[in-house]
Amino acid sequence: MEVRVEDLAIVRGGLRVLEGVSFRLPSARALVLRGPNGIGKTTLLRTLAGLQPADAGRVVPGPDAMAYASHADGIKATLSVEENLRFWARLHGTASITAALRDFNLETLAERPAGSLSAGQKRRLGLARMAVTGRAVWLFDEPTISLDADSVALFAAAVGRHLEVGGSAVIATHIDLGLAGADVLDLAPYKAAPPEHGHDFHEAFL
Amino acid sequence: MMALIARDLALSVRAGGGFGLALAFFLIVVTLTPFAVGPESATLSTIAAGILWLGALLACLLSLDRILALDYEDGALELLATAPIPLEGVAAAKALAHWITTGLPLTLAAPAFGVLLNLPAPGYVWLTLSLAIGTPALSVIGTFGAALTVGLKRGGLLLSLIVLPLYVPTLIFGAEVARRGAEGQGLAGLSTPFALLGGITLATIALLPFASAAAIRINLR
Repeated sequence: MEVRVEDLAIVRGGLRVLEGVSFRLPSARALVLRGPNGIGKTTLLRTLAGLQPADAGRVVPGPDAMAYASHADGIKATLSVEENLRFWARLHGTASITAALRDFNLETLAERPAGSLSAGQKRRLGLARMAVTGRAVWLFDEPTISLDADSVALFAAAVGRHLEVGGSAVIATHIDLGLAGADVLDLAPYKAAPPEHGHDFHEAFL
Repeated sequence: MMALIARDLALSVRAGGGFGLALAFFLIVVTLTPFAVGPESATLSTIAAGILWLGALLACLLSLDRILALDYEDGALELLATAPIPLEGVAAAKALAHWITTGLPLTLAAPAFGVLLNLPAPGYVWLTLSLAIGTPALSVIGTFGAALTVGLKRGGLLLSLIVLPLYVPTLIFGAEVARRGAEGQGLAGLSTPFALLGGITLATIALLPFASAAAIRINLR
């Protein structure tokens, strides 16, 4: 499924941060988003996921084709690893979680309460959730935070397999994942012009 | 949606889930009442229906900020918003799970607590029925309040201030059913408040999940 983003403008905190963002992402390709802190990588991903409306422009397909992994993993500490993952699988109507557990090396941790996992193990559980959504386009926001080198390789391999079956991925990251078939989009040229009047009077109260 | 209800029920009975908190609070309110108003059984049986309803309502209020705040903090609410079920369904499932873990135990415990307040014998049936019909409205209205305050740090107090005025109609008609029932009036005497109580519950169940979903959407932006 091809992702088309046309002339997208996005807003954070009432101000435009990016405008005129356009790209095409064919199936079986990944797009790596780059740009300095605060440029709007997270906001762009949230807009693609349908969590906030775009100020202008359009995204095809809609949010129903997208699976979004934010900084927070939505893990419940008192449920086991398997229960956490099975919940998301049932919600998305996916039958099996064994492949996701295997791909992210969680099989030996399946019975452990998620609250007792290390930060990197929690992150792997959060990323494994993407594999049970059954959606074509995966959106990742800094997926490799707190992952060690082996886990980064596991993650890159899982994304690689997703691309092989015709999926696609948009990844905001600062490190090189070594993905075959990845394009890089630098967001810096799309930075929105600052507002002309500086701060409005009423903005001081926002 | 069944998956979400099952998960919320599992979370509430695990450690730190808060199941039983409302029940314990209800018990304490009921046992403190005789200390405050005196132990004369005549006085207690006059006010029993009202105190039991008020206690159940306050106990329900206690757990409202858990409905959405925990899911908001760990990011699960955002992920639920991108899941295939609509947010209206999420709001309805959350309200139902809250009722099963709070409203239902309160309803079942109320007759036992009625003994402590010397509730007159004909009142037990009507108290239980009025709570069974009224408490779903408390959970649905509470979910709406939780949706409005979900992005706020320590929004619990604000949540109470928003929700309590909305609880007034349910309290008035619910307590009225229980009071008239305790006075020995049969169905003929209390059909009006009974019908109004049911009407409020049905209307809130039909309308408020949409308002809750809209509030969640805005708060997630």
